Amino acid sequence: MRMFALTLGLLAALLTSGAALAQPLEALVAQLPAGGYPDRARVIAAIAESGDDRAAGVLEALAAGELFALKADGRVVRGIERSGETVAVDPLTGAEIGPLGRRDGEKIKVNNALRRDIAAALGALTLMSPDPARRLAAAARVFAGADPGQIEALDAALARETDPAVRAAMMDARAASVMASDRPLAEKREAIDRLVARGDRDALSILTAAAASPDAALAAAAEAGRAEVERVRALWGTAQNLWYGLSLGSVLMLAAIGLAISFGVMGVINMAHGELVMLGAYTTYVVQEAIRAAAPGLFDWSLAIALPLAFLVSGAVGVAIERGVCRHLYGRPLETLLATWGVSLILQQAVRSVFGPTNKEVGNPSWMSGAFEIGQIAITWNRFWILIFALAVFALLLAVLKRTPMGLQMRAVTQNRRMAASMGVRTDWVDALTFGLGAGIAGLAGVALSQIDNVSPNLGQGYIVDSFMVVVFGGVGNLWGALAGAFTLGAVNKFLEPHAGAVLAKVLLLVFIILFIQRRPRGLFALKGRAVEQ
Amino acid sequence: MKKMTCSALGLAALAAAAFGAAPAATAQEDTIKVGVLHSLSGTMAISETTLKDVMLMLIEEQNRKGGLLGKKLEAVVVDPASDWPLFAEKARELIEVSKVSAVFGAWTSVSRKSVLPVFEELNSILFYPVQYEGEESQRNVFYTGAAPNQQAIPAVDYLMEAEGVERWVLAGTDYVYPRTTNRILEAYLKSKGVAPEDIMINYTPFGHSDWQTIVSDIKGFGSAGKKTAVVSTINGDANVPFYKELGNQGVKATDIPVVAFSVGEEELAGLDTAPLVGHLAAWNYFMSVDTPENAAFIEAWHKFIGSETRVTNDPMEAHYIGFNMWVKAVEKAGTTDADAVIDALVGVAVPNLTGGFSAMMPNHHITKPVLVGEIQADGQFEVVWETSGLVVGDEWSDYLPDSAPLIADWRAPMSCGNFNTRTGQCGGGTN
Repeated sequence: MRMFALTLGLLAALLTSGAALAQPLEALVAQLPAGGYPDRARVIAAIAESGDDRAAGVLEALAAGELFALKADGRVVRGIERSGETVAVDPLTGAEIGPLGRRDGEKIKVNNALRRDIAAALGALTLMSPDPARRLAAAARVFAGADPGQIEALDAALARETDPAVRAAMMDARAASVMASDRPLAEKREAIDRLVARGDRDALSILTAAAASPDAALAAAAEAGRAEVERVRALWGTAQNLWYGLSLGSVLMLAAIGLAISFGVMGVINMAHGELVMLGAYTTYVVQEAIRAAAPGLFDWSLAIALPLAFLVSGAVGVAIERGVCRHLYGRPLETLLATWGVSLILQQAVRSVFGPTNKEVGNPSWMSGAFEIGQIAITWNRFWILIFALAVFALLLAVLKRTPMGLQMRAVTQNRRMAASMGVRTDWVDALTFGLGAGIAGLAGVALSQIDNVSPNLGQGYIVDSFMVVVFGGVGNLWGALAGAFTLGAVNKFLEPHAGAVLAKVLLLVFIILFIQRRPRGLFALKGRAVEQ
Repeated sequence: MKKMTCSALGLAALAAAAFGAAPAATAQEDTIKVGVLHSLSGTMAISETTLKDVMLMLIEEQNRKGGLLGKKLEAVVVDPASDWPLFAEKARELIEVSKVSAVFGAWTSVSRKSVLPVFEELNSILFYPVQYEGEESQRNVFYTGAAPNQQAIPAVDYLMEAEGVERWVLAGTDYVYPRTTNRILEAYLKSKGVAPEDIMINYTPFGHSDWQTIVSDIKGFGSAGKKTAVVSTINGDANVPFYKELGNQGVKATDIPVVAFSVGEEELAGLDTAPLVGHLAAWNYFMSVDTPENAAFIEAWHKFIGSETRVTNDPMEAHYIGFNMWVKAVEKAGTTDADAVIDALVGVAVPNLTGGFSAMMPNHHITKPVLVGEIQADGQFEVVWETSGLVVGDEWSDYLPDSAPLIADWRAPMSCGNFNTRTGQCGGGTN
C-alpha cells in the first residue's frame, strides 16, 4: 500500500515536471514572481528551453530588473521608462498596459547566481542572432558559462559562422565547454591548446581547475598548459606593472607640477596646494551639474569646458592667497607654511559649508569609461587619458616658461630679483602671476583627479604629501625634475606593491627618498648657478 | 532663621546673576540636554555630519511629542573635528560643563576608544551607532551598530551558500576595525574548512586612491578555477576609487562579487553605480526596505533636511533605535540619572525601521536583523537575503581563541564586561 502511494506520488511529480517543460512561455513568465531564488532559477531554465523566440527578450528584461509583479493582481509586467514616467507593458507582446507607480508593482528580484544563469541562457539563445555583435557577446557568455550542453549549439553556430572574430570567440567557448564535459582526452588536449593560445585569466582559471583533475593524463596536459600561460603572463605582468607605474606617476606629476612652480620656482611652501586641486575638482562638478540641467547632450564635453574654468577659479584663488597672505611673509618659510596651512583648512571648511560634507558624483564621459587591451595588458581609458593630459600640461607649462615674455620674467625674478627689478620688471606682479599659474595648474589637475578619486572636501589632503615628495625628490626649482621624480616614484611604488603590499610599499618609498636626499640633498636635478647660493 | 535663608538666597541669586549663570541654571531646570558628539569638520565630517542632523531631527520630533518627563529636550552639538584626543576633551566638556544626560556620537573605533575612559570616569552614557569590530563591552556604552556576528559572518555565510564561494580576498584599510574583523573572519573561514592558500589578506593605507595593482591582484587570485569573492572592510573615502577601478577593469559581480561592510547609500552617492550592479553590502538596514516605519522615517528626514535626494543609511537607523531606547529607558526610570538609566536600558525594546523590534541585551548590544543587499543602478541596495530572525550582538567573538570564553552581562550581580567563563572571574580580557 505504501509502495503504491509512493509510486503514485512519483508519477504525479513526473507528470507535473513534464507539464512544466511543455508549458507555453506565457505560463512560465507568470510563474516568475513565486518562490525563492532556486524556484526562479528553475523557471529561467524552463524559459530558456521553451524554444520560443520571445524568450531572450523576457530574460534580458529580467536581468535588467525591469520585470514587476503587480501588487493588485500579481500579473507580470515590464516597466519601461518613457519620458520620465514608468509605463507598464506586457513583457511578451510589448502592448501598453498603463502607468506604473512606484508602489504599484514589486520588482522580480535577481541575484548574482540568477544573473549568471540568465547570461548563460542568453548566450545559447542568441548564438544564431543575425547581428555579429550579439553573436560575439553570446559566445563570450557561453565561454563564461562553460556548459557541456552547449557544445552542439556551438557546433551548429560554428558551421554557419563567417565572421572571423566571432568564429574565434566561439571556438574558445567550445574549448571551455569541452573542458567542462566528459569528452575524450584527445578533444580535451585540443581544447587545452586553444586555451593556451588564448592565454588570459579566464583561460588560466579553467586550466588551473583542470590541472587538479583526478585524470592523471589530463591533469598533466592542463598543468603544462597552465605553466605556459603563467610564463607568458609573468612577462606581460612586468609590462603591466610598468604601465601602472606610469599611470601613478602621471597622477603624481599632475598633483605636483603646480607645486613645482610655487614651491620649486618661487620657494613658497604652499600647504593649500591640495585644496587648489580640490577646487578644480569641484569646478568640474559644478560644470557637470550645469550641463546635466541645461544641455545633457554636451556631457561628453564637460571636462573640456571645465578645464579653462578650473584654471581660472584655482588661479584666482591662488592669486588671492599670494596677495593676501604669502606676499607679507616672503623670506619667512615657517610662517608661510603655517599661514597657508590655515588657508587650506579655511578652504576645506568653506567647500564643506557650501557643497556639504558628502562626496559629489562626477561622471566619466563615455570616452573615459572602460578599458582596452594591448596583448595581455589592460589599460583603463581614464588613466590613459590622464597620462596624455599630464604630459600635455607639462609640455604647455614648459613652453610658457621658456617661450613667452611672461615666462622670461618669471625666470628672471626667480634667479635674481633685484637685477630683474632694476631692469623694469614689476616683481610683485610677476610673483602673483607665477603663484596664480601654479595654482591654476593645480586646478587643471583637479579636473583630471575628479575622474579617478572622490570629489570631497578632503580630496586635496591625500595629495599634498606626495606632491612635496615629488618636488623634493626631483630637485627643487626644476620642472624636468618633477617629471622624472614623479615617474620614478610611481614606477618604484608599483614594482614594490605586489611584493610588499600597499602600506609597506609606501613606507619603503619614504625611506628610499630620505636616503636619497642624504646623498643628494638637492634632488635628482639640482639647479646650478646663482639661485643655488642664495 | 527664615530671614537669613531669604537673604542667603538673595545673595546667591545676586552672585549667580553677577556670574551670568542664572539663565543657564533656569535653562537646566526646564530642559534635558542631549549631547551630540560627531565630527563636523575634518576627514570624518563626510560621514558624521549626517548623524548630527538625524539626532537634531529625532530630538525635534520628540519635543513635538511633548518632550520627556514633562521637559523639553535640548541638543548640545560639539565638533570634535575628526581629531581623536579632541573627542575625549569634547566628551568631558559635554558631561561636565553642559551637564548632558546622554551622548550620541563617535564613528571610528579610535574615537570611541578615546572617549571610553571619560564616560567611565564621569559615569555618563554613550550611544555608539556604527558597526564595529567587537571585542569590547563597557558599562557606560551602548552599542547600537552591528557587532561582527551581525554583519560580517552572515555575509560570508550568504556568499558560501548562495554563490558557492571557495576562495576569499579579505581587503581592508589598515586600522583596528578591518584588522580585527579580518582576524575573526579568517578564523571563521578556516573553521569552515577553507584552506589557508585560498585566503588572501590585503591592507591599504587610509584614503588609498591608486587601486590598479590591487584590483589586478584580485583578478589574478580569482583565476585559480575556484569561485572567488572579495570581503571588503575598506573605509569610507577609499571606496570610490576602488569601485571605479573595479568597474573600469571590468570586474563584474557575476565573476568576482565584492561584499562590503563600510559601503552604504551615503558612500554610493558619489558614484555612478551602473557598472557595480550586483556587488553586495551587508547591513542591518537599507533605505530601500519597504516598511511603513521606514517610509515615515525617510519622509521626515527629507522634510527636515530640505532635500528629496538625501539618502538614509544604517548608522542613522542605529541612532533612531538608540535614541528611542534612551527615551523609553528614561521614562521607565523616571529620571535621567545615569545609573538608573543604565539599569533601565537593558531589556528595553523599540521598533526598528525594518519591521521588527530591537531589544537592548545585557551585554549592551542590541538585536538586529542582518540584510544582504545588492547594489542597483540607482545607487540603492536591494535586499537579496536576510536572516530569518533577529541576531543578538556578540561582543566577544566565538572564533578568536582569546575571547571565546568571555561574556558580558551588565545586570547585577555579574555586572561585568569581560567575564571569563573558564576561570569564573571578571577581567579576562583587555578591557
